Amino acid sequence: MDQRPNIVLHVDDVFKSFGGLHALSDIDLQVEEGKTHAIIGPNGAGKSTLLNVIIGRIPPSRGAVVFDGTILTGKKPHEINQLGVVRVFQTPEIFPDLSVLQNVMTPAFAKRDGAFRVALARPLERETGIRDEALHMLEDVGLVDRREVHAGALSRGDKRRLELAMCLIQKPRLLLLDEPTAGMSRHDTNTTIELLKKIKSRGMTKVIIEHDMHVVFSLADKISVLAGGRIIAEGLPSEVRGDPRVQEAYLGGEHA
Amino acid sequence: MDILVLPRKDLIVFICFAVVVLAMPIWLTPFGAAYPGLMQKFVIFALFAVGYNILFGLTGYLSFGHAAFLGVGSYTAVWSFKLLTMDVLPALVLAVVLSGIFSLAIGYVSLRRSGIYFSILTLAFAQMCYNLAYSVLTPITNGETSLQLSRLDARVVDAAFGVVRGERLPSPSLFGVELGGHAGFYLCAVVLLVAFFVAQKVFNSPFGMMLKAIKSNQTRMSYTGFNTRPYALAAFVISGMYAGLAGGLLAVTDPLAGAERMQWTASGEVVLMTILGGVGTLIGPVIGAWLIKYLENIFSAFNDAMLHRTFSFLPDGLQDGVVAVASKFVGEGWHLTLGLVFMLVVIFLPGGIMEGARRIRMAFGQRSGSAPQTKPDPVPAE
Amino acid sequence: MDAILAQLLNGLDKGGAYALIALGLTLVFGTLGVVNFAHGALFMLGAFCAVTIRLLLSMETVTIDPEKLSPWGTPLEVRTPLAQQWFGDWGSVMLDYSVPLAILLAVPIMLILGIVMERGLIKHFYKRPHAEQILVTFGLAIVLQEIVKAFFGPNPIPQPVPTDFRGAADVGAWFGLQAGAVTYPVWRLVYLLFSVGILAAVFAFLRFTTFGMVVRAGMADRETVGILGINIDRRFTIMFGLAAVVAGVAGVMYTPLLPPNYHLGMDFLVLSFVVVVVGGMGSLPGAVAAGFLLGIVQSFASMTEIKSLLPGIDQIIIYLIAVIILLVRPRGLLGRSGVMET
Repeated sequence: MDQRPNIVLHVDDVFKSFGGLHALSDIDLQVEEGKTHAIIGPNGAGKSTLLNVIIGRIPPSRGAVVFDGTILTGKKPHEINQLGVVRVFQTPEIFPDLSVLQNVMTPAFAKRDGAFRVALARPLERETGIRDEALHMLEDVGLVDRREVHAGALSRGDKRRLELAMCLIQKPRLLLLDEPTAGMSRHDTNTTIELLKKIKSRGMTKVIIEHDMHVVFSLADKISVLAGGRIIAEGLPSEVRGDPRVQEAYLGGEHA
Repeated sequence: MDILVLPRKDLIVFICFAVVVLAMPIWLTPFGAAYPGLMQKFVIFALFAVGYNILFGLTGYLSFGHAAFLGVGSYTAVWSFKLLTMDVLPALVLAVVLSGIFSLAIGYVSLRRSGIYFSILTLAFAQMCYNLAYSVLTPITNGETSLQLSRLDARVVDAAFGVVRGERLPSPSLFGVELGGHAGFYLCAVVLLVAFFVAQKVFNSPFGMMLKAIKSNQTRMSYTGFNTRPYALAAFVISGMYAGLAGGLLAVTDPLAGAERMQWTASGEVVLMTILGGVGTLIGPVIGAWLIKYLENIFSAFNDAMLHRTFSFLPDGLQDGVVAVASKFVGEGWHLTLGLVFMLVVIFLPGGIMEGARRIRMAFGQRSGSAPQTKPDPVPAE
Repeated sequence: MDAILAQLLNGLDKGGAYALIALGLTLVFGTLGVVNFAHGALFMLGAFCAVTIRLLLSMETVTIDPEKLSPWGTPLEVRTPLAQQWFGDWGSVMLDYSVPLAILLAVPIMLILGIVMERGLIKHFYKRPHAEQILVTFGLAIVLQEIVKAFFGPNPIPQPVPTDFRGAADVGAWFGLQAGAVTYPVWRLVYLLFSVGILAAVFAFLRFTTFGMVVRAGMADRETVGILGINIDRRFTIMFGLAAVVAGVAGVMYTPLLPPNYHLGMDFLVLSFVVVVVGGMGSLPGAVAAGFLLGIVQSFASMTEIKSLLPGIDQIIIYLIAVIILLVRPRGLLGRSGVMET
């Protein structure tokens, strides 16, 4: 039997330059199945660019991103989602005009019916399967009491929880989180970390981009440190924490 | 049979709506509007607005070209009367099919852009249709004189069934029953009810929820795994078919089709109806259409003599002044009133009449102390 | 060669009008971020300034001259235009030159109208969705054109070309062609020069004055300019007034070429939107280039040779170009990317 860990996401030798500026060079990442892989680094290290390259939004100048044998580069967002790669945004992207429950039902339909289907015959009310599933999900994130509220009226922390519920109901094979606690109050940050810890036990693969070390060390199985567009260190949280280069990258810039 | 099922609340709405529509000849009498010609217009433009709202109300795409599909429907129906038969069924079916094809083509191209660019693309296509209908397509559209029936038309199906050419122009019929006056109205009313039911199904279906989600946040929609363009295109084609059906019915009630039906101001009119009534609601566009058509009928019929009678209680000098001012707003000037009302609605009540009704209901609800139970916010909103 | 030159010239004056309207439209969009469907109505209002001036100047007093008798033996009625009474011989000159004179009336009126419009209505729509901006200005356009209809009636009102500018210029001869090969109405030439002059003035104003520089900076990055403590809003309001003036004078001078009626504005609006989109939303040079380009293209498309090849092409060519440009180059010829995509 092959004992090697199963690599789900492979960022293969990616370069990206804007004009003459090297935003990313020599990026090589391997994300193992079922693990939480964090990418950290100071502001301007190229984290967001890397995420956008992974999700196919920015084409790399060189190299490729491979998810489970499929090249993601050049695919449309909905195609990438249908492959099982789901993204959580820095500022929660939800449907502000729909109810909280409908917000969670919508992605469940995408999972069941695919990228496009004109489902007219059966009224929404009779979609009990999806409805129950969505209610379950809302219970998990603690929003079930607010299921009939317009999502736009939620607090930022609740919007984040809602967005997580929307992503999790699709049972993604790979979840990408872009600074999930950016701009949040301490209280909201803590509840979000709790929630992320809770879903950690479900064993789905996660890539988390984060600026805040505190968030990362409590969640990640493996950490890659990005600075100046390069990966300067990689390893277990304990290894990375003591690495002098990391210290320098952070202390040289700003301390989180 | 899911396909015929509506949630209880919507079923009640549908039944009430059906009663209101079918009883039009009764309740419109006190308003002096219970004659068939006007009632047919009420019903047909309500149908047009309900369909338009499926696109604009649900997906938020503001089209300025839907009158083109109305025109296509009218031309198709008249040609069906001329070439095939005076029966309305093929005419309506063909009108819907052809306008569907047109809207598929135009929508496919226009939906490659969003926002203002989408509006301008639809506008450009509608103007092309209109200009062509007036110029090179005159063999099909008969240009400025409008497409009309003639005694000498082929009507091959009718001829095959041995219908004898009469001395006068034939009129549209359904299974041999002529559709003049009230019969024409009831045909339109039934079509409207079916179309309204379909719109209710759209609003209640997962498909309808997807359309609302596209309006709400298109980025999230595509990252959620939906290909948003075919959804918007489906909404575009459905609303185009509604417009074609409305155009076909216009031809049924009066077998004549002119290019001015396709002008962009006509597209503007359906936007006005939808906004005035309440965009994104089911009943709103219907009310908007009725109100505009009713006011148009009343206001444009007003003349100075009638104004003098209306204001006869005022002293003479003042009366002349008031009449002089008021006369600018009625008769020929009815569009001025329409424009003003429309501006006021957009400025102060973007949700239209339905929003106004909701606010009034809430105000009354609070006064009587039975405000709707809203749960207090446990987390302070930012 | 002759035919091409003739078509080029034919396209240029119309192109000038398109460019002037589109310039204001794109200026308003670039500064205020507002899609103004009432901009065509401003062009129309300018045209009716010319109509008004002419009506005022040609008001007459009727006096009866008891000394003279008409051929029918009744006392002769003498009609004297007020202008003549007040200004003597100058009066008839003024009447002859009513169209250029109307500019004097149009500039202050359009400026005030523009500023009132911006302060009273448009200002409140900056933060609202583009769809609502379109809708409210569309409503305003209807109101404005209906008011004009109420006062001036539905029919076009022809305006005369000043006597000195009537007739045709032998443009062909200037280019060394045979005399009379290419002739061109003098007033259209005037209109072309006029529009070029106005365009140059606007560009010079934006480029060489401090005011213009602030406005251009504001178009590029509104926030930064605001942080610098410059009251950009007031300047933008004045820009709106300026755009209204440009549209207005364009309308005034166009009246001898096309008798104005109340829906003139709507007709030009659709076309000038197409011009703006083709040029690129918010791009001033783009609007000018596209204005002239589309004017010329339209004039070539109406040549009989081309029409016999592609029937109906003259009716749709502009829209067709707009569709193609929007699809292959959504930001237009000279526009920035990503403007107004949502």
